[in-house]
Amino acid sequence: MKLTLKIWRQASPEAQGAIHTYDLDDVSEEMSFLEMLDVLNEQLNDAGEEPITFDHDCREGICGSCDLMIDGQAHGPEVTTSCQLHMRSFKDGQTITVEPWRSDAFPVLKDLSVDRSAFDRIIQAGGYISANTGSAPEANSVPAPREKAMRAFNVATCIGCGACVAACPNGSASLFLGAKITHLGELPQGQPERWSRVTAMVAQHDAEGFGGCTNIGECTAACPKEIPLDVISQLNKDYRMALKQGH
Amino acid sequence: MAGSTLHDGLTPLNSAPTQTSDDAHGYYVKGDKIVDTAAPTGPIADRWTTRRFENRLVNPANRRKLTVIIVGTGLAGAAAAATMGEAGYKVKSFCYQDSPRRAHSIAAQGGINAAKNYKEDGDSVFRLFYDTVKGGDYRSRESNVYRLAEVSTSIIDQCVAQGVPFARDYGGLLDNRSFGGVQVSRTFYARGQTGQQLLIGAYQAMERQVAAGTVESYTRHEMLELIVVDGVARGIIARDLVSGEIETHLADVVVLASGGYGNVFYLSTNAMNSNVTAAWRAHRKGAYMANPCYTQIHPTCIPVAGEYQSKLTLMSESLRNDGRIWVPKNREDCDKDPRDIPEEDRDYYLERIYPAFGNLVPRDIASRQAKNVCDEGRGVGPVVGDFRRGVYLDFADAIERLGEDAVREKYDNLFDMYERITGENPYQVPMRIYPAVHYVMGGLWVDYHLQSNIPGLFVTGEANFSDHGANRLGASALMQGLADGYFVLPNTIRDYLADGPFAPVDESHPAVVEARQDVEDRVQKLLSINGKRSADSFHKELGHIMWEYCGMERSEPGLRKAIDMIRELKAAFWSDLRVLGSAETINQSLEKAGRVADFIELGELMCIDALNRRESCGGHFRAESQTDDGEALRHDDEFAYVAAWEWGGEEGQPVLHKEDLIYTAVEMKQRSYK
Amino acid sequence: MAASGLLFIGFVLGHMYGNLKAFAGEETFNNYAEHLREFGEPILPHEGFLWIARVGLLAALVVHVTCAVILARRAGRARTVKYVVKKNTHSSFSSHWMRWGGATLLLFIVWHLLNFSFGKVNVSNGETGDPDKNPYRLMVDNFDVWWLTAIYLVAMVALALHLHHGTFSSAQTLGLTGTARARRNARAAGLVIAIVVAGGFSLVPIGVLAGIID
Repeated sequence: MKLTLKIWRQASPEAQGAIHTYDLDDVSEEMSFLEMLDVLNEQLNDAGEEPITFDHDCREGICGSCDLMIDGQAHGPEVTTSCQLHMRSFKDGQTITVEPWRSDAFPVLKDLSVDRSAFDRIIQAGGYISANTGSAPEANSVPAPREKAMRAFNVATCIGCGACVAACPNGSASLFLGAKITHLGELPQGQPERWSRVTAMVAQHDAEGFGGCTNIGECTAACPKEIPLDVISQLNKDYRMALKQGH
Repeated sequence: MAGSTLHDGLTPLNSAPTQTSDDAHGYYVKGDKIVDTAAPTGPIADRWTTRRFENRLVNPANRRKLTVIIVGTGLAGAAAAATMGEAGYKVKSFCYQDSPRRAHSIAAQGGINAAKNYKEDGDSVFRLFYDTVKGGDYRSRESNVYRLAEVSTSIIDQCVAQGVPFARDYGGLLDNRSFGGVQVSRTFYARGQTGQQLLIGAYQAMERQVAAGTVESYTRHEMLELIVVDGVARGIIARDLVSGEIETHLADVVVLASGGYGNVFYLSTNAMNSNVTAAWRAHRKGAYMANPCYTQIHPTCIPVAGEYQSKLTLMSESLRNDGRIWVPKNREDCDKDPRDIPEEDRDYYLERIYPAFGNLVPRDIASRQAKNVCDEGRGVGPVVGDFRRGVYLDFADAIERLGEDAVREKYDNLFDMYERITGENPYQVPMRIYPAVHYVMGGLWVDYHLQSNIPGLFVTGEANFSDHGANRLGASALMQGLADGYFVLPNTIRDYLADGPFAPVDESHPAVVEARQDVEDRVQKLLSINGKRSADSFHKELGHIMWEYCGMERSEPGLRKAIDMIRELKAAFWSDLRVLGSAETINQSLEKAGRVADFIELGELMCIDALNRRESCGGHFRAESQTDDGEALRHDDEFAYVAAWEWGGEEGQPVLHKEDLIYTAVEMKQRSYK
Repeated sequence: MAASGLLFIGFVLGHMYGNLKAFAGEETFNNYAEHLREFGEPILPHEGFLWIARVGLLAALVVHVTCAVILARRAGRARTVKYVVKKNTHSSFSSHWMRWGGATLLLFIVWHLLNFSFGKVNVSNGETGDPDKNPYRLMVDNFDVWWLTAIYLVAMVALALHLHHGTFSSAQTLGLTGTARARRNARAAGLVIAIVVAGGFSLVPIGVLAGIID
């Protein structure tokens, strides 16, 4: 199939970016979206134009590196990561616009690559259970109800890609935040720090410049791991409880 | 030596090997034998406990004055950074990814072994140890493996305390499954995303230390050189991948946790940017590379769909528990709809050749037989290059026996992944699978303390060679990474650091200046060749050579041919490479070019190592070493040693140092699955 | 935002209930209006309850609008470079229209208060202050004017949209929707409240126009 690609190119964080248009022939339906970009980059290299920079690594949908806004949808039209999106989801002759995540908390570094270190700082603020190596009790000494453990797992599958932020009309990272709060809050091991964790993480989220949540729900629709919206409800509930307890 | 007693009173069960063949003659230089001088003695079960006590302590007040560089933030690196940070050392952590959480440990699916014996099914530390030694085809060190099995239980405790959401049963206690044909259920898992959950646990522990100020995290930084001052590792040269700046980072000790080099095959299940550069740079500075040819090929990956393919995706081998593997008996049927091929025209070749184990034969056998049937022209799926690379993994029987819902419950995430990638519904059409490079057992040589032959350079996780041998059991990679990171390294490195703080090194020291200059020159060289081909095209070519000649099955003529081809490729690379853009911004082509340059050199050494090892062992089959019925034949008398290769210089030949493997607790046996 | 919003939901439900008394005829309606003033007497002074409600609602309005402005400004700062192409495919129209809809409602409330509370403007004859002290007449006269009815009906559409998302959103913000079922219920509640309130309010002007109320 043939495609017209409109791709955001930006030389550096400070530089002015613009959409560039490229034509690509011979795209196979079996290719992943990123493999299609590989082919384009190979062509650009041959033609003497610098290849397009984009974040990617595992290419199996788990590392969370890839971060493309494809035709106005985070990770494109399917519920998956950009790397697991295949060209069979597009039509011959289609024009596809590819942009970086747009969030002031995720500044563009180059072309389609953005800086998501804000997420690391949110985790630093409290997204952990303090358990020094060697201090752990025997693993089965504290049973965790299966339902709660399953919910914890389901939301712990967050890959930190930032699609929730990219899709959110408010530029909020509440889904990311809620997923971590719910993951740690559902487990018995997460209880001692439960209330201090939520206030610290919310404060860091706000300090990073993410927007506030108005419960629109684009985040959960864009999430490649289908983290449900109820984690935001959990986040709000925990935050309310934390304030009540003076945290 | 067998029969006589060793100096610690134990009886060796095998003799030291004596190699009579010399296939790699002319490609290498024979070096002195080496021994692991840090190896413990005494009864195997007491060795680690004794050693932990013997290792000296570092005064807590001194720890803050000791800088530890850790390269890589996978399970081994992040766990070590967290633990060393908690202990109070000044840790500098480096990763090329934009966040430590993205290291490729995250992609491990199946699970993590631990000798908890929660199922009371006869498991024990000794049994895990025994299974691991046997699974590694007797090419690992007993002491290291025993220690690994011993600390495995602590790993689970630690991870649970961190909030890793392992699968649980209805009583809320941890669930286990049997994995990879092992007869006990000792594998802990978090659905098909165990690696992700463990890594996030380690990552969070590490970020907690970042907040506490004990760990400094350098993301989007790539180590490009090791700084060795007076024979001791004292730091690294790294490139800030965003600004392009070449930075010097000095330290008291350097830990490489930079992962494996499976990407030397171009197509592998590794992440696109996984590379050997950190390890290879250390190798060029004198660190021995051990058993580089030991790679693991995983049988259940999604086949290559076209020439543009950039990576391969693994599906958990738990699929083999219920799926039946087959190809058509006749070549003419290969492009038919598999559902139209009648039962009598199907060849369930694993069930036919190995009736006792059937589809659950070990990974290497399943992989090699898949390659064999495809080489015979009976492969299925699209024609890529010259033939079809794929075999069917059929769930029709399982669906009939258990019902579609039961199959869905067990495998839905894997089936979904398969459908997303191939566009085919595996509930209706048999899956297609093909082997892919998955893991490397080879790596930098380390002693019992995980220290390389360069003092002050420690190597952990997949980057070292130490624990698995010539093959690795399923669900043991995660165990090793976390064992090294949480429990082994922090306990062995302190014996080294007890001598510190060491004399400060200045950035103007000639060795530092030289290391930095080398990196700058190399970057400029890559940018200035100005040829026609992309780094990727060279990488792809290297991958073809490696897969064809140094993959599952190797032969003497094939390996010799491969070495010649790689040497030609290396010359072409340095004369026809094209890297556009500058060194002052993100430049992914430049990053790639540096990595490919190192892969090419590694590829040659792997072929030489494979050529020298004229035996079929572990994950690979050497055509010249097989039984009468075509099965792998090991030669313990010749090759029960670790091949530790020393860099021989740009124009010189690699130097082979042998470390004999002597067993006192497990007797070597030839594998048989027939 | 959620707490003040819930207060408004309660208010509009009560207000709508009162309006429906128009169908019971002039006397009932006017009695009801008068009783609102007498509510709580003699403990409260005349119109005491009404003023407490007014002050409470005003405070809630200030909180509600302030929060909305803060959220909007944060959203603006969170994405200063806009997408060239952006699709919102999985969210309700009402959730995207909260800000414009809210502003529309704010304008409407100002007009509505002038119209019926403070100015008591009778647009059919231009009188102000409701000299007959007959709220029923004032209402019927006003809704006899087609464009005024149109304004009210447009406002009710805005209110319906606002309630549709607002009800769910406040439940979510208060952390009451921790399960898929609770979330479904909250969404259903949003839809029901939106239809009941906006529909109930609209019945009266439609009733006037149709001549059922005169």
